[in-house]
Amino acid sequence: MAYTKRLNGRKNDETREIEAKVGVIKRADGSSYFKMGNTIAYAAVYGPRNLYPRFLQNPEKGILRCNYNMMPFSSSGERVRPGGSRRSKEISLVTGKALLPVLDLDEYPNSVVDVFIELPQTEAGSRCAGICAASMALADAGLLMKDLIAAVSVGKVDNQLLVDLDYSEEAYEDGDVADIPIAMMPNFEKITLIQMDGEMTKDELRKLIEMAKKACKNIYSIMNKALKEKYEVERE
Amino acid sequence: MGKLLLKDKSIVVPGEDIASGMDYLPGYGTYRETEKIIANRLGLLSIEGRAVRVIPLSGQYIPKTGDVIISKVIDVSFSGWRIDTNSAYSAMLSLKDATSDFIARGSDLTRYFNVGDILVCKVINVTSQKLVDVTTKGLGLRKIKGGRVISVNANKVPRIIGKQDSMVGMIKQATGCKIIVGLNGLVWLEGLPEKELLAVNTIRMIEKESHLSGLTDRIKAFLEKETGNKITESKSE
Repeated sequence: MAYTKRLNGRKNDETREIEAKVGVIKRADGSSYFKMGNTIAYAAVYGPRNLYPRFLQNPEKGILRCNYNMMPFSSSGERVRPGGSRRSKEISLVTGKALLPVLDLDEYPNSVVDVFIELPQTEAGSRCAGICAASMALADAGLLMKDLIAAVSVGKVDNQLLVDLDYSEEAYEDGDVADIPIAMMPNFEKITLIQMDGEMTKDELRKLIEMAKKACKNIYSIMNKALKEKYEVERE
Repeated sequence: MGKLLLKDKSIVVPGEDIASGMDYLPGYGTYRETEKIIANRLGLLSIEGRAVRVIPLSGQYIPKTGDVIISKVIDVSFSGWRIDTNSAYSAMLSLKDATSDFIARGSDLTRYFNVGDILVCKVINVTSQKLVDVTTKGLGLRKIKGGRVISVNANKVPRIIGKQDSMVGMIKQATGCKIIVGLNGLVWLEGLPEKELLAVNTIRMIEKESHLSGLTDRIKAFLEKETGNKITESKSE
């Protein structure tokens, strides 16, 4: 049986429902909430602040530290073992690398900007939701940024090219699955993160990147609205 | 032909196009990419003639030369004091900038300032590596005792102070509190407990509504309602 129609009823280039909020954590310098279908990410930004131990300091510019964490009860199956894992360490690293190209930390030598991404509930696409949340929180913290970063996963499920795979699609067993998380600057159409799991042809990849561009622009407009809303509400 | 894509005083988000064409000039918080001017940070758009800039609404304080700040002594060393400036960078208060007294080598510096003391001081120098020097020699610069220190958003401090101290002058007049507003986002106040509370509430209100027009009138009405006294217009003290 081929995968001709998405089980969740979405169109091939349609993302799950997105909800975004800014300023959800009062004590942080910047914070946000990003929900994509059943995946929820909170991000809190602290800093620029003092960085210790001293050998980590960079006298040329500030550094960015990211921390990605899935909460123990967040997964739909087994309990996630709390604390860092090989996987969370890698995702923390790539999240930082995805965000750094837009950030301008030249003004903050010897200091650090800390980003904490917490996921209370996940169902595929958690690193993309985390990146989106982190980029909103960084903007909320008033840091200089060339652009926001939007991220979405695209992929191939049994010869169908899809945007924003959910768990049932990622775990599809009757055919080949390839999953590509992409983060990009929506206004410049530049990719800051691309990873791939699976196999596909060059043409398919090109098509998927185009689909991701469109989805990222849509995500950008949602993030843009959320950031403005924080101040619009206060206008009342 | 240059064209503005957004209205003055609207809120902009990083990556948002503000203007197209070469007629407008990018200022703080914006940059030019080919023919477009794009926002660099979250803030309030301000257009003055051809200059376009973004007024920040959030973000940490960065020490700047000439700023009068409220800070806390965090360490005492041989030759001075280390000071927390409520930013990513701590400052150094050296002996010669602290007092005109003669201090013998090896004397006890805690006689002047001890760890935990709150100082009103002025930033005299900031290097490219953000090494900060402060002084307590000058008008109104000193150690403060009593009262309380509250923390506010450093970007809203100009609004709390107002034009020629008009806003803070109004709060002082209405509540009878002594108030010192540090540009680093710390505010010291001292007065009767209930008046102190009113002053804090007023400052919180300013902080929340600072980007809206008609702020002074609203704060004036609020203070008159709370105290029951009329506030007389005092032109620049």
